[in-house]
Amino acid sequence: MKKYKVLKKIRVLISLVFLVLLGGFFLDFLGTFSTGFITGFVFPQFVPSLLKFFNVFTWVATGFIVVLILTLLFGRVYCSTICPLGIMQDVISWLRRRFRKRKKPNYHYLKALHWLRYGIVGATLAFLASGSVIVLSIFDPYSTFGRIVSDLFRPLLTRGNNLLSGILKNFDIYGLYHVDLQPLHIGVMAIPLAFLIAVVWMSLTSGRLYCNTVCPVGTFLGLVSKLSLFQIRLNPNSCTKCGICEKRCKANCIDTKNMRVDFDRCVGCFNCLQSCPFSAAEYSLNPLYKKLTLPEPSASPIPNTSASGKEGVGDKASHHKTDVGKRKFLAGIALAFFSVTKLSKAQELVSYNATTPVKRENPVSPPGADSTDRFNDACTACHLCVNVCPTQVLQPSLLEYGLRGLMQPRMDYHAGFCNYDCVACTEVCPTGAILPLLLEDKKRVQLGKAQFVKENCIVETEGTDCGSCSEHCPTKAVDMVDYKNGLRIPEVTEDICVGCGACEYACPTHPYKAIYVEGNPVHLQAQKPKQEKVKREEPEEDFPF
Amino acid sequence: MKRRDFIKKSIGAGLFTGSLLSMGSYGKVFANTVNNSAANYDLVAIKGGEPDKMFEKAMEAMGGMSKYVKPGQKVVVKPNIGWDVVPEKAANTNPKLVSAIIKQCYEAGASKVYVFDHTCDEWRKTYNNSGIERAAKDAGATVAPGHTESYYQPVSIPQGKTLKEAKEHELILESDVFINVPILKDHNSARMTIAMKNLMGVIWDRSFWHRNGLHQCIADFASYRQPDLNIVDAYRVMLRNGPRGVSVNDVTTMKYQIISDDIVAADASSAKIFGSDERVPHIKMGDEMGYGQADLSKLNIGRLKM
Repeated sequence: MKKYKVLKKIRVLISLVFLVLLGGFFLDFLGTFSTGFITGFVFPQFVPSLLKFFNVFTWVATGFIVVLILTLLFGRVYCSTICPLGIMQDVISWLRRRFRKRKKPNYHYLKALHWLRYGIVGATLAFLASGSVIVLSIFDPYSTFGRIVSDLFRPLLTRGNNLLSGILKNFDIYGLYHVDLQPLHIGVMAIPLAFLIAVVWMSLTSGRLYCNTVCPVGTFLGLVSKLSLFQIRLNPNSCTKCGICEKRCKANCIDTKNMRVDFDRCVGCFNCLQSCPFSAAEYSLNPLYKKLTLPEPSASPIPNTSASGKEGVGDKASHHKTDVGKRKFLAGIALAFFSVTKLSKAQELVSYNATTPVKRENPVSPPGADSTDRFNDACTACHLCVNVCPTQVLQPSLLEYGLRGLMQPRMDYHAGFCNYDCVACTEVCPTGAILPLLLEDKKRVQLGKAQFVKENCIVETEGTDCGSCSEHCPTKAVDMVDYKNGLRIPEVTEDICVGCGACEYACPTHPYKAIYVEGNPVHLQAQKPKQEKVKREEPEEDFPF
Repeated sequence: MKRRDFIKKSIGAGLFTGSLLSMGSYGKVFANTVNNSAANYDLVAIKGGEPDKMFEKAMEAMGGMSKYVKPGQKVVVKPNIGWDVVPEKAANTNPKLVSAIIKQCYEAGASKVYVFDHTCDEWRKTYNNSGIERAAKDAGATVAPGHTESYYQPVSIPQGKTLKEAKEHELILESDVFINVPILKDHNSARMTIAMKNLMGVIWDRSFWHRNGLHQCIADFASYRQPDLNIVDAYRVMLRNGPRGVSVNDVTTMKYQIISDDIVAADASSAKIFGSDERVPHIKMGDEMGYGQADLSKLNIGRLKM
């Protein structure tokens, strides 16, 4: 039992490190963490790493292999040590017990809802096969955690910060400062909110019910854990069916009546091991391998293994029974989703009501997206890039990309514009939806092209100098050229425009903008701005006045 | 003179002479100052040195910082920190100059020196990349943010023709001394940006200015709040593609600096260094509104070389 206590302590320690850091990354509204540090700790997140591996083909994205190996060795320890959503549920249950008389958990065995578990995994795989990550994005625990913290908690923290910084500035303290909040569309917040409610409710009532019914990663790793080298089981020789371990099991997977552990639902928290007064809960070699390594059967294990073998067969049989219904169900979901994911994307109105209405035909995807299609099929909308973006130009979208890009970040040039010397989003993206870019390359990526709408321009309508757009342009793709009455008016050189949106952001006209960026569905390469050294006659010896 | 003022001033004078005595041979610097201040320049132009050295020499000729900053006063130094670029690109005021100014303010007895700007690019990156945040902090100044509306208070501009009111950064309102430290450069909308245009960084709603006649708004705002001192950095000068610039190829090294308490004169003279003041309408407007002199022949100008 002592060795099991150590196991649990290690588990709690590692899990807290991951929860605190990942929570910190998604709460951070000040740019505290370096992108390299963030990348390091997001590395073992299963879904992002898996996607990145296929999107980028890089050894940097081998975190999922580490997770698979860990699972093959020890079972679903990922769920209790690395997965932030899982750890968050443990914290919720722990907090609840703090405020209760009964300090010890009191769970009980629940039958697995296989139709739901495999239904979600099936839908996820079906959509992946069709090239869409939408179901995976919605259910991926890491991305769900990211959205919950980033879209719901971070705005609250920012508000708190703004309140405090407003007070502190009166005392000349500028260490904290006001941070502008970009209002999120209620529809964008609805999904993380729904998941937060579900997760909190399930963890309050039944521990890790979410992880064992909804989470596709949990289900998938559960399948893998059937092959784990080490598994938890109750030793029939010492088990008294006292039920203590069952009460401690937050995964609801210990059936003491039948002395059975559904190890594919075990999240590897090790609470049962240390709770058993008879040391009957054991963490030992998978009988699958025992058979291989110990060919001569000894007296006691034989009925045991044969029993579990029978159960295995029984399980399989029951799966087969439900298969037909399950398939129909899956096909139904899949059809329904296919039809909606390809729905036309919403056109984004650049402004509300004005002389010349301006409509953006194509949304602008972030640098490194390569193309909107590729991006939409690779992003799980964890919103990590939204967090690290220093200008807040990256904002979660609702239907700007269409349903397939639900919640995925887009360039919102009303919230900010892309900093010319920044590649932060490309450095942190854990799925490879935003590919890594060198700064020099990023400065040549053309996300879209600036479109000038002369009828809305102040120079035209008011007959006065403005030039706000050109001021902000980092390449002078928007330049001011001579116009009537000594005025100058913007002119766009599209081939050197990078589509950063500085012009659109800075344009002071309203309600419509006089310049906006039309997205490139496939990113192009911008020309380098022409650059000969500026010439100037040698300054005169004396002062010019 | 009130008794309290008398006491303050005599203590100040005492400290000044005391420090002179303690400085030994350095006192000659100040002896020089006294001589130069007798010249009572409206404007000092200097060329040929490093930004901090030129400032020290030119400031001496203007009569020394103690002419502008009295002991115990709060000072706000407002450089141009508009863009997220390095100092070599000359889109922001030279950090060495900012540092030298802050040091002299403290030497003159300032109780506190603030530095801020309402940046165009993301403010934290801009403060950092411009080198000004580091330089200002090292010199002992408090670097304050100016990126959200909550720092700005409404003020009215009685003389304004177009701009009747604006929201001004509270540090400008609260400080005793306001030192404006623009950089001279090309500007796509304002034609050139110097001291008057630099004041656009102390107000909140710049887009109103762009919408309603930029030049008149610039001229209007300067009528409301004259900085106590304008120090124009023309060490590196961006000659085209301003105000942000595209690359260092837009920049030439001119090694000039202008100091004046007349904002229009500072702009008129700087514009001449750049090329011509003909094409900058707001300088002429400022002159016509009567709070500054664009005709340099009417000014007592100190011209120094290093």
